[in-house]
Amino acid sequence: MTSLPTNQTNTKLGLVIDLDICVGCHACAVNCKEWNAGGHSAPMTDWNTYSGTETKNGEDSGAWGVWFNRVHTFEVGKGQESKTVYFPRSCLHCDEPACVTVCPTGASYKREEDGIVLVNPDTCIGCKLCSWACPYGAREYDETDGVMKKCTLCIDKIYNENLDEIDRVPACVATCPAGARSFGNLGDPNSDVSRLVEDRGGYDLMPELDYRPVNKYLPPREPQINVLDDGQPFSLVSMADNANQTEPSNNSILKWVDTILSR
Amino acid sequence: MHPAFSVIIFTSLSGAGYGSLAILAAVKYFDFFALNPLYGFFSSAISLLIVTVGLISSTTHLGHPRRAWRALSQWRSSWLSREGVFAVLSYLPAGVFCVSFLIPTPFNSIIDIICLLTIAFSLTTVFCTAKIYASLKTIRQWNHLLVVPVYLIIGLFDGAIFLMVLLTIIDGLQFFQLNYFIIFLGAVAGLAKILYWWSIDSTQSQSSTSTATGLGSSNKSVSMLDAPTTSETFIMREMGFAIARKHSRRLRLITILTLSIIPIIIIFLMTQPIALVSPMVLGIIAILFSYFGTIIERWLFFAEAKHVAMLYYGASKV
Repeated sequence: MTSLPTNQTNTKLGLVIDLDICVGCHACAVNCKEWNAGGHSAPMTDWNTYSGTETKNGEDSGAWGVWFNRVHTFEVGKGQESKTVYFPRSCLHCDEPACVTVCPTGASYKREEDGIVLVNPDTCIGCKLCSWACPYGAREYDETDGVMKKCTLCIDKIYNENLDEIDRVPACVATCPAGARSFGNLGDPNSDVSRLVEDRGGYDLMPELDYRPVNKYLPPREPQINVLDDGQPFSLVSMADNANQTEPSNNSILKWVDTILSR
Repeated sequence: MHPAFSVIIFTSLSGAGYGSLAILAAVKYFDFFALNPLYGFFSSAISLLIVTVGLISSTTHLGHPRRAWRALSQWRSSWLSREGVFAVLSYLPAGVFCVSFLIPTPFNSIIDIICLLTIAFSLTTVFCTAKIYASLKTIRQWNHLLVVPVYLIIGLFDGAIFLMVLLTIIDGLQFFQLNYFIIFLGAVAGLAKILYWWSIDSTQSQSSTSTATGLGSSNKSVSMLDAPTTSETFIMREMGFAIARKHSRRLRLITILTLSIIPIIIIFLMTQPIALVSPMVLGIIAILFSYFGTIIERWLFFAEAKHVAMLYYGASKV
């Protein structure tokens, strides 16, 4: 049923992505591919894998394939004020997912119990309309399978009782070496992730479209170091000044050494 | 948006087919002019055939065409599903309407109901087709008030020319009222397209790279530094189709000329006694132009549409 669940529970599982911490290593995207290539939406196929000659006119369009998670890089601001921000992007498991309601077959659905948006690969006809309805570019079509695929929030991992409890988090969260990704219940205002969002001013992507995404992004913090016009931090300036001081230190041992050496 | 050939063929053919069915049923219901049974049968049968070719064409872009029947299930929420349901349902009244020309029936009131149902289902199907696009908030150029009227008007326009051409072929005659109606529809279609283009050119999306990433502010610009992959992703292939402004201007001009102005002139000439060429030949030329114009119009409809997801892939605006 592609109508949205009417009695949605308060559980809204999702991710909080800290753009201040992300170092742009793409490990989340790679581990996502690794886990999900054998998971709920398996296989996640690739084409022209070794970058041969795919097109008839001899041009190589490069290797490409289905990924649920992509890490973009943006430049914020210009010149000396500019900042490079790594920006992981995946399905946001929206509260108003138009990708679900446009689905003509019922293959796309939002789970009542935890809000996860999924695709049933057995009933998807591969019309691609859901990918048109998603503003975040989160859905990718599998040419080989002929069905649409998307982030499952690792549904086959987070509920997997064969795994230790600590491992029951999405692959992207488990693998992030910087701890930039958090997983939890964003429907509960007292959960760790909700508190994190509250403390750091977490926000929605494209709020103007009113898809009400569950996943939140935390903004990069403002730089704590003050710098001169040439980019030199103030703290280094004072160190350099101190180094040039010729006056003896107050330390009695150093004073003694100074006296000996000055003889 | 990438202009998928099968979808362009589908929307243009089904629009014309349903347009002609609706007009023919209206002619019959209001008794605008006497319909020769042979003409009535052939024109409604060919219209249904055109619609069917269009519908089959639309299933060829699916990953699993044999599962297409499943698309009839979600009419509560999906315009695509509603379109499928109405397309299937319309075969009932339209089929009976078509056959009714061959089997004379004394029950005129039943025929009247069949005509009304044919009009309603035909127009509703085209309405649903247009709504698939018009309901997408992600594409500003589609989420526009004029999208639905333009689909309906162009469908009726192509359908009406088709009926007029068949009239000259099968019956060898013309009803000038039909010609004037076509001229009216052609003028409205042309004006509606000009208004649409002016409108999409003069308005801006409220989404930007800044809102898409949440990183920008009034004094901080946001631009893509690195794409996530070295090759094109599905999103870039499906939504990254861009057309040069220069080409878009020329194609708009070609659309207006071939869809609207040239057919209007030809169809006006057909009503004049001085015509050097037979009305049938003129009519065929008119329909070739209008259908070519419709294809270009539909192609542009896709090519000029910009999806907000491209903001993550370097588009500075949508």
